[in-house]
Amino acid sequence: MSSVFPLVLEQICFAPSGQPIVDRVCLAIDGRVRTVILGANGAGKSVLMRLMHGLLTPSSGRITWCGREQRPRAQAMVFQRPVMLHTSALRNVAYGLKLAGVPAGERMNRAAVALERVGLAPIAGRSARVLSGGEQQRLALARAWALDPQILFLDEPTASLDPGAAKEVESVIREIVASGCKIVMTTHNLGQAKRLADEIVFLDRGRVVEYTPANVFFRNPRSAEADAFMKGELPWT
Amino acid sequence: MGTFTESLSTAAGLIATADAKLASIVGLSLQVSLTAVAFAATIGLPLGAVMAVKRFPGRQAIIVVLNGFMGLPSVVVGLLVYLLLSRAGPLGPYGLLFTPTAMVIAQTMLITPLMAALTRQVIEDAWREYEEQLRSLGATPWRAALTLLWDTRFSLVVAVLAGFGRAAAEVGAVMIVGGNIDGVTRVMTTTIALETSKGDLPLALALGFVLVALILSVNMVAQLIRLWAVRRYG
Repeated sequence: MSSVFPLVLEQICFAPSGQPIVDRVCLAIDGRVRTVILGANGAGKSVLMRLMHGLLTPSSGRITWCGREQRPRAQAMVFQRPVMLHTSALRNVAYGLKLAGVPAGERMNRAAVALERVGLAPIAGRSARVLSGGEQQRLALARAWALDPQILFLDEPTASLDPGAAKEVESVIREIVASGCKIVMTTHNLGQAKRLADEIVFLDRGRVVEYTPANVFFRNPRSAEADAFMKGELPWT
Repeated sequence: MGTFTESLSTAAGLIATADAKLASIVGLSLQVSLTAVAFAATIGLPLGAVMAVKRFPGRQAIIVVLNGFMGLPSVVVGLLVYLLLSRAGPLGPYGLLFTPTAMVIAQTMLITPLMAALTRQVIEDAWREYEEQLRSLGATPWRAALTLLWDTRFSLVVAVLAGFGRAAAEVGAVMIVGGNIDGVTRVMTTTIALETSKGDLPLALALGFVLVALILSVNMVAQLIRLWAVRRYG
């Protein structure tokens, strides 16, 4: 499979009703490092990620994957609240594979392997909707991982989970990274950002204020906005 | 009051002995209405699902029409089908007027909009929840419509039930296009209307009981299926 990187955003704006939510964003995202998008509520983090993933179309600007405008298949996204079909955990994973064009004969095996990797093999036959929030989120990760993406977008994957479940989800994310998949993630949790980020994209009112290596960002943020954000956020993380 | 109790006991007797005439009328009613439900579901459910998921010009207008047609007067549908099937009508040569087939056509037309409108509502609510996830996985609107039809199947039972209830209970359309011919196109509702006006209350009453019991038991089974599904699938 040829690489989809770099993912390049040129002057991306998203203004569905005139007011820009994402404003002239330029980024060149490399496949080797873990990228975390930080910013206050309403800064445009989720929207930016949906633009990259292709769920939203920019009002102006250009997104290219390794020089091509075609949105590659080798990408997946996990949302804050996982949405599961009313069927077994295994079949939920198999459904994603079906849409990805995986032949019927292979789906169940690949789905079973994916569940195994996130530690859900013992409950593969249970209905996905009755699983706990943490289990459902790991199932969502399994469904995305089964597609063998080169890049995985994670939108606040642990925001609605308790600390124990969040820890499990983080460890699955680490394994996904170890398997060679690039992640781009948003989070509100600065501790999590420190644990998982190699580089930080800091957004403020739709604009990229900083795009720097994580250790530099956390030690010495260059912008006043990022500094204020971290001071404001720290007591609750 | 005497007539009423007398009618009641005669009705009970007719039901208890599974009176042949009663049975044939009930049988024809079920045959016509269930066939209409099958056709209407085949058309209405996919139509409702596509209306919920696809965005196209004129969609809002179609939704207004569908919702409006939920309350379509059955006599008007009967009249329309009558005109279509009568000797001089476009489908006259097929000689379908005053046959059970004509009644199936009329009831299908009557309940398809109802089932489509209810399906659209159920699926549109589900689509709001599923849209991003399904699009993220690469689902086209057609694929999403199919997926949601399957995923909401236990909620859609309500749409099918509403269609069955309306079909089984209506008089106007089947009266006009069926003609209420004894032994051929006479169903429960038309018999009740006729026998009541003739003053033969026992048969009318017996049929009334059967009709209500049928509709209640179908709804009970549907409710049991739903309860089971909620326990099983969450």
